[in-house]
Amino acid sequence: MHSDIVISQTDSRPMYLQIMEQVKQRVAVGDWAAGEEIPSIRQLAVALRVSVITVKRAYLELEREGVILTQQGKGSIVTPDPNLGPRLYHEELSEHLDEVARLGNLLGLSEEEIARRTKEATSRLTESRLAKEIA
Amino acid sequence: MNDLCVQFDGVSKRYKHFSLESIDLQLATGAVMGFIGANGAGKSTTIRILMGLVHQDEGAVQVLGHPMPADQAAAKLDIGFVSEDMRLYGAATLAWHMAFLRPIYPRWDQAYADSLLLRFDLKPEQKIKGLSHGQRVKAALLLALARRPRLLVLDEPTTGLDPVARVEVLEELMAVLADEDRTILFSSHNTKDVEQISDRITFIDRGRIIDCDDKESFLDRWRRLRLVLPPDGVVPRLPDIVQVGGSGRLPVLTTNRFEPAMVSVCNDMGATVQAVDTMTLEEIFVANVHSRRERLTA
Repeated sequence: MHSDIVISQTDSRPMYLQIMEQVKQRVAVGDWAAGEEIPSIRQLAVALRVSVITVKRAYLELEREGVILTQQGKGSIVTPDPNLGPRLYHEELSEHLDEVARLGNLLGLSEEEIARRTKEATSRLTESRLAKEIA
Repeated sequence: MNDLCVQFDGVSKRYKHFSLESIDLQLATGAVMGFIGANGAGKSTTIRILMGLVHQDEGAVQVLGHPMPADQAAAKLDIGFVSEDMRLYGAATLAWHMAFLRPIYPRWDQAYADSLLLRFDLKPEQKIKGLSHGQRVKAALLLALARRPRLLVLDEPTTGLDPVARVEVLEELMAVLADEDRTILFSSHNTKDVEQISDRITFIDRGRIIDCDDKESFLDRWRRLRLVLPPDGVVPRLPDIVQVGGSGRLPVLTTNRFEPAMVSVCNDMGATVQAVDTMTLEEIFVANVHSRRERLTA
């Protein structure tokens, strides 16, 4: 259930952030469904071969962000909110859009130019989807 | 039972050319403590005192509720100890060692020992003297683990191991932790192993404990600030800066109490903060040792 979380030694980000990101991805795609029980801190630490305190840190932050709920002595579950998965995607989208705005600004592009480029990107995605369907 | 597995209170031991000075140490049940120090820093002496092998001149030591060294016989039934100079009988086989230990330790788990033989790729009928260094470490670890001790004390367990054996050993150590009543203390100068599996980190240098904290707190509090100064600018004076490096207009400040406010303070003083870098445990350890040694000689 949880052995597919991978900690990268070459990823320079702290391990707890890597764990958080992968838990969020699982929740976003629905692999870990709302209300479902997730591995205990200790179970995940043993499976990933990282210290208990690192996983504890990740779970604390995930709880603060409303992704999981930890009940004293009962383990942790994914927050029983059916909109959680889409919400996580929306949050990720906002982060990427902020980054688009920042880079566009850095290049001195106008608002219209940035919007045009975003539209181009979505058109490209649609085109490549269509091409695949035809093939 | 109290929830401290190991407790040192003001423990000192003086030798002619080395002394361990007022060591305080607390290790909670169920935790993993990484004990980091350079060669000769006092790691092994501390571990020997913990095991009752060396008697302290001053201070109190409690291990699993037993005062040491007075109660060492009782304590040792529950401690698995593996050190580099572990004496196994060279002429005897691993099977002989297992048969020797089984009647001594009531919790000896033969099924576990057999599964470790497979996972460590060890042959019970092989004589100890024919084993490689890595095999010998794994054999010693197997003998300690199969006793199902409540406390595992490992002096440099991964030193000199090849990458495959290192991973095997770390994996087995983590497997032990699935049971939350078991505690591990291990020393190493390989900070990477310690960084991966430890909850608590203790740094020792020249016979004194120089820092001890949760691993996540260590990684959170230490930062390197890379600055760009204006021409004729001066390095901003900030609290909790342990090291100033870099060159002329590009100073690098190392802090052990990072606060985001430091960045705005630098900016207010005319210095641009180019980057705030996180540090690895190894960098933290080295910076810690250097800054303390500098303070002592200053």
